[in-house]
Amino acid sequence: MPALTENPTENPTGKTKPAKAPEVTEGRRNRRGPLASFGLHLGLLTAVIVAVFPPLWLLVTSFKPKSDAFSLDLVKNFTFANYDHVLRDSHFLDWFGNSVIVVMGTTVLGVFIASTTGYALSRFRFPGMRPLMWTLLITQMFPMAVLIVPLYNLMAKFGLLNQPVGLIITYLTIAVPFCAWMMKGFFDTIPVSIDESGRVDGLSPFGTFWRLIMPLAKPGLAVTGFYTFVTAWAEVAYATAFMTGEENLTLAGGLQTFVNQYSADWGSMTAAAVIIAVPAALVFGFAQRYLVSGMTAGAVKS
Amino acid sequence: MAETIQSAAKAADGEHPTGAAARGPGRVTTGENKTPGPFRRALATYWYAWAMIAPVAIVIAVIVGYPLTRGVYLSLTNANEANVERTIGINTIEATYEFIGLDNYTAILTDSVFWDRLGWTVLWTVGCVSVTFLLGLTLANMLNRKVRGRALYRIALILPWGIPAFVSVFAWRLLFNERNGLFNSVLSGGGIEGIVWLGDPFWAKVSVIAVNVWLGVPFMLVATLGALQSIPGELYEAAEMDGANAWQRFRNITLPGIRSVSSTVILLSTIWTFNMFPVIYLLTRGGPGDSSEILVTYAFRVAFLNSPRDFATSAAWGVIILVLLSLFAVAYRRVLRKQGEVW
Repeated sequence: MPALTENPTENPTGKTKPAKAPEVTEGRRNRRGPLASFGLHLGLLTAVIVAVFPPLWLLVTSFKPKSDAFSLDLVKNFTFANYDHVLRDSHFLDWFGNSVIVVMGTTVLGVFIASTTGYALSRFRFPGMRPLMWTLLITQMFPMAVLIVPLYNLMAKFGLLNQPVGLIITYLTIAVPFCAWMMKGFFDTIPVSIDESGRVDGLSPFGTFWRLIMPLAKPGLAVTGFYTFVTAWAEVAYATAFMTGEENLTLAGGLQTFVNQYSADWGSMTAAAVIIAVPAALVFGFAQRYLVSGMTAGAVKS
Repeated sequence: MAETIQSAAKAADGEHPTGAAARGPGRVTTGENKTPGPFRRALATYWYAWAMIAPVAIVIAVIVGYPLTRGVYLSLTNANEANVERTIGINTIEATYEFIGLDNYTAILTDSVFWDRLGWTVLWTVGCVSVTFLLGLTLANMLNRKVRGRALYRIALILPWGIPAFVSVFAWRLLFNERNGLFNSVLSGGGIEGIVWLGDPFWAKVSVIAVNVWLGVPFMLVATLGALQSIPGELYEAAEMDGANAWQRFRNITLPGIRSVSSTVILLSTIWTFNMFPVIYLLTRGGPGDSSEILVTYAFRVAFLNSPRDFATSAAWGVIILVLLSLFAVAYRRVLRKQGEVW
């Protein structure tokens, strides 16, 4: 159970940590022989190749003509035909649009309601607090399998199947508990004295939260927003079950249509995959440092 | 758990945005408020906290609590595609499914399909988590030294994490392709007959585990690296002075030092792997046959791929999965607590 009164002292954005590391290990490097150094680099290089190769191969394949999809050459006949085909002749842009709507809706709603809850959990002691924290924790481990059937029937009843709104509501079940938990961790690192001075100056609890604390919690908001973005962008099961019909799919469902039991259009699949993956990877590259420390701060302090 | 959801809902019920403002401290509006009851006093003290958690409490109650209750109820019925409420044109056909008690559960638990799937799911989870953790910890240890190009290595190693899992899985399908995939071309180039990676029960299992490990290592790497960096270097220096060798330093300083982080990430990744849907669904569809089907993908299959769709059985599978996970989490926590973790 979370230590409710504990205020984590460490900085959850972890900005200072990586800088500290070299001096920690400085003394040991000098004593490493050339052989050990070679082994270290060899091990790391192998790991890097394994990590980078599959996406790289996807990228390479996407520039090959369809007939060459499985050739072993790096690009011999460079072409954009696959991209052209995906963007013009498939429903890719529909899927992209659907995914963007779903992701935006989930992120904005999820982050907003999670941050008020995180704030309340961080600052106030109130009846119902412990049960709420437990609920948030337990909800995080709900398997998709236990909710998917009732949610499906519920969506069918209200005509929300094939509607982005249906997926937004569904994804809130995944995003909100975890985001609230992470936001609590972030608010815990903001000194209570700021709240107190706000109250002394006559702000209401909501005013304090909105005008003083939210601006300070921007890194936290970015991390939770990013987490929600990634979750909604990459979710497969609900998207597959709730969205049918070519133009209603999200990217996760759409990509499956290129390579299924009836057709195997590897060229289009790779091009679509690259268009999906590159923006996600870029955003991730910028956010990963904060994401990691934010997640572990939330998780480890629980 | 149902209890906690109720309490959260209760907390939400106690919140009346407009009325609550008037009941704030020092705003006695009616005469009968001279001696407020305990509930009213609590409301006056806590209304703002409750107002802030209300959205989440409502969200959880409506889209987690209600479906959960309904899922448990469905698992006790014989609901399927043919007898649930449905709309055809403008006509709504009433639901005709019936309450059948625990029949679904006895049917599942007495069927070898469940026990086979459970066995493989456990193997899959243990295999994935242990390999992922070992690889992640090893790489983190390598990166925690002063190495030329450290930052570059780090970025390249966490790249798989930045790509949506469903995209990566398709990249692997390209490599695994039995006729012309890169792996088989390389094998046949070396004079070895290609392996039907995703079409052979054994190799399909190896493949799904490999892909899931590939997907999971970056998170482990980053989490353990963070933990390693928080261990003060003086501890190692002191240990070296005392003549401790590398293995002793690892056992007595590193492992205890990363304990709280590693116990958390192992718990998380166990739960995630147990429920890992996209890897298996997109890579093998649970096949060949049902050899790589885990519990979660099977529950999905029953409700959404098989015909007729059997909602009740799927719901029962879902409940069983939830119970298994809860038991695991409780047991895990108990073990940790015995070892003196404050968690």
